[in-house]
Amino acid sequence: MSAPSRIQMGKSFRHGIHPDDYKHLTRELAIERMPMPERVILPLSQHLGKPSEPLVEKGQKVFRGELIARSGGFVSSPLHASVTGTVTGIELRHHASGNMVEAIEIETDRSSPQALFAERRIDWHDMEPAEIIRLIGEGGFVGLGGAAFPTHVKLTIPEGKTARFFIVNAAECEPYLNSDFRILLERREAIVEGIRVYMKALGAEKAYIGIEANKDDAAQKLEAILPDDLACEIIVLETKYPQGAEKMLIDAVFHREVPSGKLPIDVETVVNNVGTVAGVGELFLFGQPLIERIVTVTGPGIGRPANLLMPIGTMLRDVIAHCDGMSDDTRQILFGGPMMGAAQRFLDVPIMKGTSGVLFLTEDQVVHREEYPCIRCQRCVDACPVFLNPSRLGSLAKSRLYEDMLDYHIMDCMECAACSFVCPSNIPLVQRFRVAKGLLREQQQREREKAKEAAA
Amino acid sequence: MSKHAPHPDLVLTTSPFIKDPTDTRWIMWQVNLALVPVTFAALWYYGLGTLLILSTAILGAAGSEAFLQRRVRNLPGGLNDGSAVLTGWLLGLTLPPSIPLWMAFAGGVISIGLGKAIFGGIGGNMFNPALVGRAFLQAAFPVAMTTWPAIETADRFTSAPATLFAPPFLTPAVDAISSATPLARMAFDQVQTATPDLLLGATTGSLGEASAALILLAGIYLAVRRVLNWRIPVAILGSAFAFGGILYLTNPEVYPTPEFHLFAGGLMLGAVFMATDPVSSPLTQKGCWIFGVGIGVLVVLIRQFGGLPEGVMYAILFMNAATPLIDRLTQARTFGSDRAERFTR
Repeated sequence: MSAPSRIQMGKSFRHGIHPDDYKHLTRELAIERMPMPERVILPLSQHLGKPSEPLVEKGQKVFRGELIARSGGFVSSPLHASVTGTVTGIELRHHASGNMVEAIEIETDRSSPQALFAERRIDWHDMEPAEIIRLIGEGGFVGLGGAAFPTHVKLTIPEGKTARFFIVNAAECEPYLNSDFRILLERREAIVEGIRVYMKALGAEKAYIGIEANKDDAAQKLEAILPDDLACEIIVLETKYPQGAEKMLIDAVFHREVPSGKLPIDVETVVNNVGTVAGVGELFLFGQPLIERIVTVTGPGIGRPANLLMPIGTMLRDVIAHCDGMSDDTRQILFGGPMMGAAQRFLDVPIMKGTSGVLFLTEDQVVHREEYPCIRCQRCVDACPVFLNPSRLGSLAKSRLYEDMLDYHIMDCMECAACSFVCPSNIPLVQRFRVAKGLLREQQQREREKAKEAAA
Repeated sequence: MSKHAPHPDLVLTTSPFIKDPTDTRWIMWQVNLALVPVTFAALWYYGLGTLLILSTAILGAAGSEAFLQRRVRNLPGGLNDGSAVLTGWLLGLTLPPSIPLWMAFAGGVISIGLGKAIFGGIGGNMFNPALVGRAFLQAAFPVAMTTWPAIETADRFTSAPATLFAPPFLTPAVDAISSATPLARMAFDQVQTATPDLLLGATTGSLGEASAALILLAGIYLAVRRVLNWRIPVAILGSAFAFGGILYLTNPEVYPTPEFHLFAGGLMLGAVFMATDPVSSPLTQKGCWIFGVGIGVLVVLIRQFGGLPEGVMYAILFMNAATPLIDRLTQARTFGSDRAERFTR
């Protein structure tokens, strides 16, 4: 007698878009370990929150996995050496955000075997949840899906709230990217260990793994090794962008909307990226902090597409060299996927904890936008996963009526870019919304400060 | 290249970096394409004159668009987007087969000038531009706009009606053998035309009323390609059928069958091609339902209780005017909020 299937099919959220997924370029390529680069650059700010504070000095020898910068506060994350070598500088370096950010540079010791600083298995079964969360925080874990939100903060449940459900986010809805897919296929034991650790830390009663239908082969293989005692179900989701957005994923799994302005925990749920979950699993299986990650290197401009396991801090130029160079007609290099990623101009920017992919787009793929007036075709209204009216918001933004945009709930916009993707008139909607949201946030900040001054 | 210099070939823009290939031009030309079969039907029933009227109306509209593009600074649009051609074409299809050509031309000019350009060009118009042109012609030349020649005349492929060539501002020679449209016969003589004739177009009427069936097929094509919002024609036809049906049930002697309402006159052309102009119809889905039902009910109201035999044009223009209000009242609830909040400003 076969066990009942633990896979539920075909769930989704409402609205959204169906871009071509371009995943075939790297889908079947097994994770390949990239040789240690000559040097790595580790920005002190590669997570959401306060920058880390360096604990090492120039000239100091460090070991792979050793702590080199401590957390700068609660919403922050420590940093570990991703190679064994010598610190050659702590200075401002180019950062994927486009800014210059303080970073620790380590020159790799070519003679070192690059063994892990403190390899050990950590038995968490008898630990208190708080102790597990502390270890995850000390391991430098942040969301590997792109947002890089510190994991220990997510796992710390506020007073009076409970986390009954834990969702592993393996939707990977961004086109081109396959790092999560390869992890699903090749890091299954670590995922299972990670889920157990998370459930213990959260006190969760049930876990779900959300996987888009274009990866249902991975869902089958994962189901085959799910232990019977693990309260976990696999949800195969419709392939639709932005299925991997936390609120969309929760809506798909539970048909429940996270209230506007609230967090998943307000519906008793915590969501974490599958790469992070596998990484946490590896932390407890053999003591490895977050010092390396799997990066999909892809796109028509790169010589040899690959899914690479590389040390955090590997420079873009080293990635290009390892993948047989880029073509002369490459015009854009993106960190992350094509919907929410960021374009790069400097080849010495480092891969960071949140860099899920490096995408090389050629001349013929660069989007040339000739803006046309809005013809109110409703495509953006139908695409917006949070039911906003991007057409209206766009015309308000163009007229700089930013405060009026609040009435149209601009602050609920999560900048998924679905509206800009579908707009037949090439109106840079999400680009304008980012500007508007930034200005409105600044204004709210100023008003808060003024109110504080008045009260004092 | 210096180690810290930006790579010279790399372009810096912001996400998204991929784009749905559908653009506004494609959308507009798709609608133009969908008008081809209906135009062939008109050609079959009304002959050569059809081509002359349609091309003159298009010339008036597209010529005005091109002229205004050159003269008005920063006026968005242009002939490439296909919308001016579409406006002229649609206007032409709402005209009687005997309309003097100079009127068709004037209608095209008014459509673009008063219907579109003064609102700031493409995307700005409150009303369907083609219907603005038609409303102008209806007001200015009521006789020419309600004179219908007989269909399927023997010589229709060799000569065009003489009235087409009437010089401007001289009373056009009214065709001696003019006949009444099915709606006029219904309104004034209480005579009904058979539904199959209406469906296939073997009736008197405007050029675009030639075949309700072909218009319906074109509408299905456009809905499948997601060029038009299917909710609007469905709401219009559904509500006209329901309202017409209720009237018919109360008194079949006086009121025509509901299917007569669907297939007679300009309802099909209006529902599929006019009311679905995205610029002048609501942005919200709920709004589109309201918009469509409003048009359907108004059409039957005007046909049955108004002074005119046909009401599609006024029904659409009236609901165009109501569109901003409908949009405000039907703003969707945002994700994670209980209900739609009404606007305070």
